[in-house]
Amino acid sequence: MNTKIMLGNEAIARGAYEAGVKVSAAYPGTPSTEISENIALYQEIYAEWSPNEKVATEVAIGASISGVRAMASMKHVGVNVASDPLYTISYGGVNGGLVLVAADDPGLYSSQNEQDTRCVARAAMVPVLEPSDSQEAKDFVKFAYELSEKYDTPVIVRTTTRLAHSQGTVTLEDRVEIEDKLYERNPGKFVMMPANAIGRHVYVEKRMKAMAEDGSDFPINKVEYQDTSIGFITSGIPYQYVKEACPNASVLKLGMVHPLPRKLIEEFASKVDKLYIFEELEPVIEEQVKSWGIDAIGKEIFTIQGEYSANMIREKLLKETICNQEPAKVPARPPILCPGCPHRSVYSILNRLGIHAAGDIGCYTLGAVPPLNVIDTTICMGASISTLHGMEKAKGKDYIKNWVAVIGDSTFMHTGVNSLMNMVYNQATGTVIILDNSTTGMTGHQDHAATGKTLKGEIVPAINIYQLCKAMGIEHVTEVDAFDTEKLEKIVKEEVARDQVSVIITKAPCVLLKGNVFPYKCKPVEDACKKCGLCLKPGCPALTKKEDGTIAIDDTMCNGCGLCEQLCKFGAIKRVEG
Amino acid sequence: MTKNIMIVGVGGQGTLLTSRILGGITLEAGYDVKLSEVHGMAQRGGSVVTFVRYGEKVAEPIVEEGQADVLIAFEQLEALRYAHFLKKDGVLVVNEQRIEPITVVTGAAKYPEHIVEKLEKEHMVYKINAMEEAKKLGNSKVFNIIVLGMAAKHMDFSKETWLKVIEKTVPPKTIEINQKAFLKGYEG
Repeated sequence: MNTKIMLGNEAIARGAYEAGVKVSAAYPGTPSTEISENIALYQEIYAEWSPNEKVATEVAIGASISGVRAMASMKHVGVNVASDPLYTISYGGVNGGLVLVAADDPGLYSSQNEQDTRCVARAAMVPVLEPSDSQEAKDFVKFAYELSEKYDTPVIVRTTTRLAHSQGTVTLEDRVEIEDKLYERNPGKFVMMPANAIGRHVYVEKRMKAMAEDGSDFPINKVEYQDTSIGFITSGIPYQYVKEACPNASVLKLGMVHPLPRKLIEEFASKVDKLYIFEELEPVIEEQVKSWGIDAIGKEIFTIQGEYSANMIREKLLKETICNQEPAKVPARPPILCPGCPHRSVYSILNRLGIHAAGDIGCYTLGAVPPLNVIDTTICMGASISTLHGMEKAKGKDYIKNWVAVIGDSTFMHTGVNSLMNMVYNQATGTVIILDNSTTGMTGHQDHAATGKTLKGEIVPAINIYQLCKAMGIEHVTEVDAFDTEKLEKIVKEEVARDQVSVIITKAPCVLLKGNVFPYKCKPVEDACKKCGLCLKPGCPALTKKEDGTIAIDDTMCNGCGLCEQLCKFGAIKRVEG
Repeated sequence: MTKNIMIVGVGGQGTLLTSRILGGITLEAGYDVKLSEVHGMAQRGGSVVTFVRYGEKVAEPIVEEGQADVLIAFEQLEALRYAHFLKKDGVLVVNEQRIEPITVVTGAAKYPEHIVEKLEKEHMVYKINAMEEAKKLGNSKVFNIIVLGMAAKHMDFSKETWLKVIEKTVPPKTIEINQKAFLKGYEG
């Protein structure tokens, strides 16, 4: 038997491979990124980074309509971007099987909200499967393709951070080569204009009813009868917490969390004395079960926020004391920009000039926290540019004379570009700084349309961001080295003052980007330090203040960017080769 | 009986490589295993924690408060932050390195003093200045493998299996230095 330890995301990729998937499209987003990175390793599958989740989903839809099995994967907030095609392809259905993997993030490890994809799926009338470990992640993806083709529906496989980024053992099987489905023109199914969509809506209702009925017999909905004084209805990772805390309780483990198999649930509820519903985030199962007149306990004792645990059951339900020791009170260690990060250089200037920034999604969101304190707003991908525009339209152009929008190169290509078009069209005067570090940094360095390399590693022409902005008719577009602080400061002052829309592209690769070399190190010059602390202001983690007030630079951390050298007025820091 | 291991440190200290080696060895020894990691933003210099659980059949992928058999800490403050995850008779292996969090650098908080001494009063503690030792070996990056070697003495696998799994897991060019580092921690 071929067994391997696999990350949940790696197992999903393996499931796609074994299911005979031929096309995969995605935009990176924690905790979903590694799905595509692993799919890309299979030569049999075409895999791409699309500019955003809407495009990715539409690519997968096109592949499905043409007759092959296809996958789109994204983080939970990516589902919002993809929801336009999703709601309607739910009506159209599929030709080749179509699976959308949505990775939720209870506990907000790396997200701007804690939304529950099951709520979107209910509104879009799309079935949802939820695996509870790596093995199931692979198996459920394969089953999802069977369901998709049998019931003519896109299927969502929902994971959470804890599953996506946990590793477990997986038994590998061979890939099944699925013959392409015949393509036949079928406007009634795939041209969703009113006359056709009316009929498809009727079909969708029938489909979901049929799946709810058949679901009672799906092998992924499993009943484990043991001690019947306590029964749990649960799914996904929370199932593992139930098994850990109450190994002898009876459990109905739902592999399909939408639509719910009512018959199975009613039967289970009738056989246990006390019924608990243990689901992270929204009470999706609970509210439906209670609406059928079944007594159950759920969110009365288990929270809507954050991740669950076995200790939560021990504490809230079994009333056990779980920890003999209080956690120590220690200083927080939030994430910070890396030593040598080009964003720090840009933010140190904005901070010095007292400029506020409408921010966006990426590592550079860290410009919101001390000591940089530059970013005032962060909403969603691409929102920096449009919120700045809204402020100007509300308060007038003088109001934004000490404001800019900051957005990364990948985020700009994702949805920022639309917002910039809007600024041009509606005669804005704001300044947009595109922090171009040549990669999608936060998710672990994925390529995009402006890097010149595909997910499969092919070298392709890169979309030139400067030319793209120029093509929109923006007169003042400037490219500048992110570490040339003198020049950058001058440009920022000029452009912010200007009564025309302008773009500043600050360029320097992410320090963590592979192949980057750092020929320099910054070193303190003996006896030159005047203890003014100016170099400490941008918060570089390589710099610390010694007991005597002078500066120490950690050699193993310093990447020699030279920002501290530029800031020091006394020549007390020198950048040297080494 | 399931064994619970935790690796804690600062993003960028190589917790992921260490957990990969741990995962590899548990599988090599025929156990069921689950690991849970932190990816994404928290890796940027933040506090990171990785859980490894192995045994006959493992359910949840995380280690919860009061359950860790071995806590491997790559940094002092992180050892203190997670010490309450240890069982009463759990073992703490700590690298004495001190990395100031941004909250300390900006003066918003103070780095606690005498952390290791404090922890030694409550727990079975094994300490090492792994960074110093790694520099002596000629590569400061392998400090984490030295710490792992020290922790390995408190797990159920032979030295030979460890060396074999390291060989399988690390990049080919770094096998020798990583094995040396492991032995430094394992044999002292």
